[in-house]
Amino acid sequence: MADLKYAAYVCSGCGIGERIDAAQTAKIAEKEGKIALVRQHPFLCSSDGVALIRKDIGEGATHVAIAACSRRAKTEAFHFPSVALARANLREGVIWARPDTDEARETTQEMADDYVRMACAELKKMKLPAGNPEVGRSTRILVVGGGISGLTAAVEARKTGYEVVLVEKQAQLGGWAAKLWKRVPDREPHAAPVDTGVRELIDAVTKDAGVKVYTNATLAQTSGAPGRFNATIAIESGASVNEEIGAIVQATGFSLYDMNRLPELGAGKSPNVVDQAGLEKLAREAEASGQPICRPSDGGEVKSVVFVQCAGQRDESGKHLPYCSGYCCNTSIKQAMYFKDANPAVDTVVVYTDLRVPGNGEDFYRSAQHKGVVFTKGKVASVEPDGNACTVNFRDLILDEDARIEGADLVVLATGQVANAGVDIENADATDANGAKPISILNLNYRQGKDLPKLSHGFADSHFICFPYETRRTGIYAAGPVRRPMDIAQAMEDATGAVLKAIQAAENSQLGRSAHPRSGDLSFPMVRLDGCTQCKRCTVECPFGAIDEDEKTYPVFNESRCRRCGTCMGACPVRVISFENYSVDTVGAQIKAVDIPDEFSEKPRILVLACENDAYPALDMAAMQGNHYSAFVRVIPVRCLGSVNTIWITDALNGGYDGVMMMGCKHGDDYQCHFVKGSALATERMSKVDETLKTMSLETERVATYEVAITDLKRLPQLIEDYAKVIDKIGMSPMKGFA
Amino acid sequence: MGAMNEQALAKYTNNFLREVEERVEEGEWVKMCMQCGVCAGSCPFGPDWEHSPQKIFMMIRAGKRDEVLSSDSMWMCTSCYNCVVRCPRELPITQIMHGLATYAQRLGLAPKMNPTRKFSLLFWDNCTRTGRVNELKLALGLYFMDGLVAGIKKAWAMRNTGLGLLMAGRLNPFEILKGHECKDKAGIQRMLKKAYEIEEKRRGFAK
Ligand code: SF4
Ligand code: SF4
Ligand code: SF4
Repeated sequence: MADLKYAAYVCSGCGIGERIDAAQTAKIAEKEGKIALVRQHPFLCSSDGVALIRKDIGEGATHVAIAACSRRAKTEAFHFPSVALARANLREGVIWARPDTDEARETTQEMADDYVRMACAELKKMKLPAGNPEVGRSTRILVVGGGISGLTAAVEARKTGYEVVLVEKQAQLGGWAAKLWKRVPDREPHAAPVDTGVRELIDAVTKDAGVKVYTNATLAQTSGAPGRFNATIAIESGASVNEEIGAIVQATGFSLYDMNRLPELGAGKSPNVVDQAGLEKLAREAEASGQPICRPSDGGEVKSVVFVQCAGQRDESGKHLPYCSGYCCNTSIKQAMYFKDANPAVDTVVVYTDLRVPGNGEDFYRSAQHKGVVFTKGKVASVEPDGNACTVNFRDLILDEDARIEGADLVVLATGQVANAGVDIENADATDANGAKPISILNLNYRQGKDLPKLSHGFADSHFICFPYETRRTGIYAAGPVRRPMDIAQAMEDATGAVLKAIQAAENSQLGRSAHPRSGDLSFPMVRLDGCTQCKRCTVECPFGAIDEDEKTYPVFNESRCRRCGTCMGACPVRVISFENYSVDTVGAQIKAVDIPDEFSEKPRILVLACENDAYPALDMAAMQGNHYSAFVRVIPVRCLGSVNTIWITDALNGGYDGVMMMGCKHGDDYQCHFVKGSALATERMSKVDETLKTMSLETERVATYEVAITDLKRLPQLIEDYAKVIDKIGMSPMKGFA
Repeated sequence: MGAMNEQALAKYTNNFLREVEERVEEGEWVKMCMQCGVCAGSCPFGPDWEHSPQKIFMMIRAGKRDEVLSSDSMWMCTSCYNCVVRCPRELPITQIMHGLATYAQRLGLAPKMNPTRKFSLLFWDNCTRTGRVNELKLALGLYFMDGLVAGIKKAWAMRNTGLGLLMAGRLNPFEILKGHECKDKAGIQRMLKKAYEIEEKRRGFAK
């Protein structure tokens, strides 16, 4: 290995030079940080400053510490991919976070000095990440499901020049969309139902040599990792074929909520009560025969149709679907138009509680009103079929009275979507909302289970707000109603987004780089197996199923499946997991580098471990906005709260810190954690820290965990101030001076 | 008038919405209401009447013909236009309210004892007779609407206002005899008659 050469640069631009003694800080880097080459510069991110660093790198510097602005700022200027890089945050983290007063000067300087000590210490423990040697070979996209989402994904992948393998369980492509007579319009003027366009999509896919289509086929097994998935496809003949795959889009759609679960709404009691799919069938049959849609019971003329919205949906009793499927209001409007467009004399009434029409549905709704579709705000209590006619009893929610519609020839129930997301890996016996026991779709051979983890109501888990297509299995993207209920327009948009993410994942794997959210990260977890006690914590806790187990239950890391969250590193009790540039040591060294004043100094030290995704940027932005906070905190960004190893906490407390604040994202069902489970796992681990504190005879207040959002620009400094007051109250740590 | 009601009933069997669309001024807008309730929340008379515009529209769609046409709500509308300005669906609500009132009156279903209905009739009669509003007669007509004793009481209560107007020359006591008229009284009446005929035809009342 070539010699390691360390260099540090202290910038005095952006007011840093006026607020702190940069020369003293530079001296600290040299003397305490033991950095051989230390330079000061008045304007480090200028071309002159950057050239200076480049020159040193050219002359052999392998490790560079930059004491200037936040690691989140000037990332382009300070982009030196060939060296290990540490940043001391003197601007956002020190001078902007502190008032410019004479009293504050001393503590502000101490802050700056410590951050430089920390950066130097971190740098000493860092290695330049070399990239995952297990690079991918394939960039083909496997699309599971040949409905409108899957077909769209395939077409979009082809437009970008990627090969596709499409697996469809049914004999025909097209899914639900192929069963519709027409669809809700997706273009101006949003006035009438339009052709589904599914024929064109099927043609585009089947006529393209770049798409290999398997119908009547399922996935017998999926193994491997992004860039080198191996899909074993069970095909019609009973044989199986293997395909090498780069990334996967799962577009397995939904099943309709079974209307037979709604006998109170007349389902099963009369052929004149149908669900929306049933009405589509009637409409297609009518078109084929050239007749208007007729009454199923006797083929009689339809004069009156009632649409019952939210049938078995938004249910509070716990018997039916608790959620809104979001597409069915528009569908009923469309179906009412089937009748009105053919014959305006047919009475069509839509009974709804809230009409929810996403997209341009408002125009479509208005168009239906123009056509004379009657909309009644009410909740249907029961449907009573009697001979060829049905009576619909409902509560009129505007007039607040019981009402009824008599003599309806057809009643259409707007039932919802139940996700086809495969088995519940946490509960093998779980049934879906229709009471059916799902079978596995992906048949992953992962240690953590065969299918995508679910979140709520049986939909595949995906980061709802920020990264909707990212599931908890790297390289596998969910699109369409498998991840949340949606209509055709949304499913097509979803499929387009998901397939682009899939392509990105496949390409990143070719370069040995991480996919989202640390896209491009070359570091990956390394494990020192000779120290491993086979406790399985890492294999269980990895939120992304990246770690399998060998016969002897040692962990087997699949680096391309890893998101680089470090949760495994945080979980490992014997600390044998690390990243080249992020490890128990890189953070531990920073913790130890801080200068801890003695018990009588009245200068407590509070360690802040802040999630780099939300909490750390929020602190930066708070400072930018001039929201000051205590000079006693020392902030260390962590990849995820899940990566926090309890040794850091005990080291800090043993080392004389007076308190530890941990700041991560919201967890739970509506989590915001970028690594899904990281902050939840950290909170779980920290709930056990109280025991440790007691054995150390320390107050439980000395460790506190917070849920922080990126918007908490006012709250965060306040949290710090409040915590500083708590420390002031319980007093300085008795552990100082023993380390 | 009863006959006219029978006629309408026969023609529109059960379909009150269609009846309103054809026969009520701006009635074709009723179907466009999306039941947001903004009008109900905007109307200064909201707490005072039985049915808000939103409810009236819902009742029309629910076929509640008798209840709608005999409602006092339309008669209470002061034409403030708050609802029209705010309705996100841009329904001409005020016009529909007056249209419904007129239609109910024509069919003989309007609430007989409603004071604003009475005032409306009084006013219309007063101003179309001569082409000018005779304020003295209008005021006295209003006071004595509910009978002689009630009229005397009201007139007595208002005596100072009347006296003040008299002193300021704003009230001519001789108006009680004949009152002023417009130049072409017969012309005005012919014009109104014609307008009435056109309206009859357009709304399908004329044979
Ligand atoms: S826990 Fe995180 S860092 Fe560890 S293997 Fe799983 S994804 Fe990678
Ligand atoms: S115009 Fe009439 S209905 Fe509309 S808010 Fe005013 S008073 Fe109410
Ligand atoms: S404001 Fe307009 S749309 Fe809303 S309830 Fe009233 S009339 Fe209907």
